[in-house]
Amino acid sequence: MIEISPPSKKSEKNFTTRLESVDEFDRVETVGEMFVDRPKVSCLGVSVHYGDKQALFNINLDLGRNEVLALIGPSGCGKTTFLRCINRMNDTIEGCRVDGEIKIEGAEINHSDADVVSLRSKVGMVFQKPNPFPKSIFDNIAYGPRIHGLSGPKNELDDIVETALKRAGLWEEVSDRLHTPATGLSGGQQQRLCIARAIAVNPEVILMDEPCSALDPIATARIEELIDDLREKFTIAIVTHSMHQAARVSQRTAYFHMGHLVEVGVTDQMFTNPRQRLTEDYITGRFG
Amino acid sequence: MNRGFSRTTGGKPLSSLNIRRQRAERRFRRIGLFGVGLALASVLFLLGTIFSSGYSAFWRLHFAVDIDFDPVLMNVSSDPSLEELRDVNYLALFRKNLERSYPEVKGRSERRKLAQMFSESVPDILESLVISNPSLVGSKQRIWVLSSSSAEMIYKGAAPRDIEETRRVLTDQQLTWLDQWQGENLTRTRFNFRFFTSGPSRSPELAGLGGAIVGSALTLLVTLLISFPMGVAAAIYLEEYAPKNRVSEIIEVNINNLAAVPSIIFGLLGLAVLLNVFGLPRGTPLVGGMVLSLMTLPTIIIASRAALKAVPPSIRDGALAMGASPMQTIFHHVLPLAMPGILTGTIIGLAQALGETAPLLMIGMFAFVADTPSGILDQASSLPVQIYLWAESSERGYVELTAAAIMIILVFLVFMNLLAVFLRKKFERRW
Repeated sequence: MIEISPPSKKSEKNFTTRLESVDEFDRVETVGEMFVDRPKVSCLGVSVHYGDKQALFNINLDLGRNEVLALIGPSGCGKTTFLRCINRMNDTIEGCRVDGEIKIEGAEINHSDADVVSLRSKVGMVFQKPNPFPKSIFDNIAYGPRIHGLSGPKNELDDIVETALKRAGLWEEVSDRLHTPATGLSGGQQQRLCIARAIAVNPEVILMDEPCSALDPIATARIEELIDDLREKFTIAIVTHSMHQAARVSQRTAYFHMGHLVEVGVTDQMFTNPRQRLTEDYITGRFG
Repeated sequence: MNRGFSRTTGGKPLSSLNIRRQRAERRFRRIGLFGVGLALASVLFLLGTIFSSGYSAFWRLHFAVDIDFDPVLMNVSSDPSLEELRDVNYLALFRKNLERSYPEVKGRSERRKLAQMFSESVPDILESLVISNPSLVGSKQRIWVLSSSSAEMIYKGAAPRDIEETRRVLTDQQLTWLDQWQGENLTRTRFNFRFFTSGPSRSPELAGLGGAIVGSALTLLVTLLISFPMGVAAAIYLEEYAPKNRVSEIIEVNINNLAAVPSIIFGLLGLAVLLNVFGLPRGTPLVGGMVLSLMTLPTIIIASRAALKAVPPSIRDGALAMGASPMQTIFHHVLPLAMPGILTGTIIGLAQALGETAPLLMIGMFAFVADTPSGILDQASSLPVQIYLWAESSERGYVELTAAAIMIILVFLVFMNLLAVFLRKKFERRW
């Protein structure tokens, strides 16, 4: 079934040329189930340019309700760029232009009267490197509710913080030192704190950009468990370089290649029976 | 042994290469050490000279004089009113008392020489004594008064004693008096409080830095109030908001150039624009502070931008992703982390401004201002300008004053730098 051929560059090059010969390179048709019923987030014809360089080509992809969507692909293929389109973090990059239609619950987020602040309160984000604010654990969690005016009296804020920490599975470990600096936590704890921080404002969607790449296997396992629990309440999109992680936590998987969305499918089917040759090469470890 | 052979095999020649390298290493280290030593020696020499010629200014020589507050001599009634006491000729009172105490001194010129042993301030001292305590009238008191600068210079050894009379600051007769009083315990030295409270004076023994210190403080306050908010705001805009294009590049280059512009140019600008066009009052801390803030701005902007740049972008991303607006991100997260660096830059900039003389001379802050300025719209002097003026004065008494004033300004500079270190240490946060 799997061809034994010298891996890496050669096959990738072969494939690129094959794609070019089969089709025009900037018009790759995505294969698979990129649309779902009643999507939480729907993206239609999304293209991103950094200056003159095009980073994403005509992406059509939905995020379903209470689903974990894994975004995989080799480095520089546009996974993170796509993720950052959904909460408009690309706005902060100079020279970045996003075209196409991105809707959350049917509302266009790039619309001229769409407010980026309220968008980001609906779409939380967790970064590759844990980035707690250099403040206390409590203040880290309370920051979002404070700036969005979600908290009333002090004890209400206490409840919000406690709930968020419990959901992130961090409460037991830090309940007795809420007012110590967050930077004193271990890497895995910091990352769970960042997740708690993101869910404290009750978002609808959580974007995770390789949340476990800086963590050890034990911390990674905890986060993966957490992601599975969070699925009950949130829609999650996770960028990962680990095929195993994608297989463990996600329901659907999208494979990106050089700015194109090559294939989207139900995770189990995708890893056992990919429809595109490019996908197969990647998940069997032939390149990337 | 064949040297050519060993060279190719790399045995001996390699070790000779090693020796050469080690020698070069040692030589290089010695050169560096020599440089450090030279710099240190110059600083020590500088401090040593300043201290040795300046420390004596903190002590003043006083002479005891017996004063008979005789109502007849003062030409007042036996129970005088304050009005009467204000009208008394205290110089005459002092002179007549000297005549009584030293009846052996005859002749106008001899008597004048005797009076010249004392400071010109003696009548003022007598007046304030009597006014504050009118019951002195009719009593005899031994009063300690300031010596003249010339007598003091001889006493302190700052002026040569063993030279011919015409070149000496005191005459032979005056020298005899000085020795005589010293023998009779009629001399004493006391700490020179006046140096820190009074303004400049024609007489070195009366001159002080008080006015200059207040003038400098007011000037620095204006500088701080203008340059700190403007500098930080400019740095934030350039670092966080400005698009990176040709225009912002030009602005950046210009700010860096501004930091290297000679300070006198800023003084000329102040003279031409602030004084002549806007007609602001000449020689005031307001104008001085405005000119110095032009000079301090680039320093603050450059330091603040560096501090802002050092804040990890992940903190910004985290805050923005939480839905904080750019302004909230800056004020809640970025600025607190950058503050130690910004404060350090500001204090270094202010320390530069404190030592700046040329621009203040251009805008007229060199006037002889006897009064301590009470606001930023009063004519004022400043520390470095005062040093400049004293250094120019020909009287010997100003030499020690100049050195002492330099010591004071150095103390202020060291204090400000320590404050910068302290603030950086205190507010520095790790992440």
